[in-house]
Amino acid sequence: MTVQPVLQGTNLVKTFGRVVGLDGANIELYPGEVLAVVGDNGAGKSTLIKCFSGAHSPDTGEMQVMGQSVAFRSTQDARAAGIETVFQTLAVAPALDIAENLYLGREQRKGGFVGKVFRTLDKKRMRKEAGEHLRNLGIGTVQNITQAVETLSGGQRQAVAVARAAVFGSKVIILDEPTAALGVNESARVLQLIKDLRTRGIPVILISHNMPQVFEVADRIHVQRLGKRAAVVTPRSHSMNDVVAIMTGAMTVPESEQALTPVTA
Amino acid sequence: MSQAPTVDLAEEFMERRTPLQRVQSTLHRYPYLSPLIVLVVAMVVFTLLNERFLLPTNLSFLTQQSVVIGTLAIAQTLIILTAGIDLSIGAIMVFGQMLMANLAVSVTASNVLPIAGQNPALSIVLGILAATLAGAVNGFLIVRFNLPPFIVTLGTLSVFTALTLILFKARTIQGPEIPELLKWLGTTVKIGDFQLMYGVVLMLILFGVFAYILRNTAWGRHVYAVGDDPVAAELSGIRVKRVIFSVYVVAGLVMGIASWVYIGRVGSASPNADPLINLDTITAVVIGGVSLFGGRGTMIGTLIGTFIIVVVENGLSLAGLDQAYRVLAVGILVIAAVAIDQWIRKVKT
Repeated sequence: MTVQPVLQGTNLVKTFGRVVGLDGANIELYPGEVLAVVGDNGAGKSTLIKCFSGAHSPDTGEMQVMGQSVAFRSTQDARAAGIETVFQTLAVAPALDIAENLYLGREQRKGGFVGKVFRTLDKKRMRKEAGEHLRNLGIGTVQNITQAVETLSGGQRQAVAVARAAVFGSKVIILDEPTAALGVNESARVLQLIKDLRTRGIPVILISHNMPQVFEVADRIHVQRLGKRAAVVTPRSHSMNDVVAIMTGAMTVPESEQALTPVTA
Repeated sequence: MSQAPTVDLAEEFMERRTPLQRVQSTLHRYPYLSPLIVLVVAMVVFTLLNERFLLPTNLSFLTQQSVVIGTLAIAQTLIILTAGIDLSIGAIMVFGQMLMANLAVSVTASNVLPIAGQNPALSIVLGILAATLAGAVNGFLIVRFNLPPFIVTLGTLSVFTALTLILFKARTIQGPEIPELLKWLGTTVKIGDFQLMYGVVLMLILFGVFAYILRNTAWGRHVYAVGDDPVAAELSGIRVKRVIFSVYVVAGLVMGIASWVYIGRVGSASPNADPLINLDTITAVVIGGVSLFGGRGTMIGTLIGTFIIVVVENGLSLAGLDQAYRVLAVGILVIAAVAIDQWIRKVKT
């Protein structure tokens, strides 16, 4: 029996004027796995991912979530379908506090008359729950949930952004270069966070340039090249050099040797 | 579940800070603190210079002086929080009050619009609606065509000013012609020697309402998020354009209310009313600690900023100084306020 992919993109094409972002790209994400997406600059990694996060819509091709055809017109649509994205440009509002950022765009109102008529936010509950969520994710060291995000370090901000995705992303979390701006310790935390998400059964797509990190956390590695999928390999079947070779076109992998189906962990 | 690495990020917060950094982060947390200090210091100094400053009659005069700037500054605050600016705020307010007055007066001979003699309440409602619509026009141009608010409102400043002159023939409508209801907000009640004007009460209520909305509703938080970082807000699932448009509409509504307040305060309706009020509202907002770059600031700050302007003006004139010095003082305050804002923004991460 074949496993149903959580996310599937078939023959996705996306052009920006004369620039071809995606040229018939395929992608599958299976339940409970960490899929790394790597590729040279301009290979279409971000474009591919933005189709699934709702920031772009593909010109042609089909996208499926849990076997259902989807068409996203906005990030809200993707979010409603259970796909949460942490963008490279951290989508946090610096002046708002941690709890407010976690709930940005999906604030909880108080129940009853006050919530209905005065539309009062239930700050107490949001703060309490935000604290619990952060602790569950092992980032409880952020002590003050009412602290403005701009007073946090890069890693902590990243943690807040990831936490937001983890808390609400019921089906899939996409991380776009989550460690690009981070130091060694902070990167380690974020990688740990990714592993924790996998432990909790949430599949993750990780876009990264950092090969050692990719090899550390990924179950499968999707190599994007010239707007297409060049190959899908695993950290066990291929070395970092192989992956770089595939990225640059110096090496091709026959389909029989690729990891197109989920790897049993 | 596996444990995160044991690097204790909490330590980063615990590091030593210089007293100056502590001041900086406190101001960062409570952006209305610095204007509050300025206001208190100014009031103490002016009281020492002239004891008449603290007399109830003078204080009630101060509140009345602040009422139009204050009400308009509410609208300006909302807009500046989204990193916008509204230069047409005074023009819209003047248009609103001229429309209200022209609708309500009974004499049609001197009136170009064949609409005079309306019910006063209806006139007020229509005036407020017109101002709301004017705000919506600003918002529409900004959101639909991606034009900078500065340019749009610079344009509509002229447009609304011209419309006022064209439609109402530059005619001032004198107090006796205007029905009482339009001037009702200028009524005062005596509390001892203190004359409390209804318009002041309305202004304070509006400040309270909007402070509550900004702090405790999703819309309010979205206004901050949009002004802070529109891209991040959009990616967080906030419909940025919708929020910005709604802010201009709501601001227009407040400007309409300010039109009514203005008629009450002045007792007549003139097309040439207070051309500098645009700048006064921006000054009040900026002195009140609201950042011109958006996303930062509070209604209480703007209220304090409004009071600072009228207190400085009044205090310096009581101290026997020339009008030019008050202009100078306000100018210095604005620059100082923006400089402090820039410094606060550099809070250590």
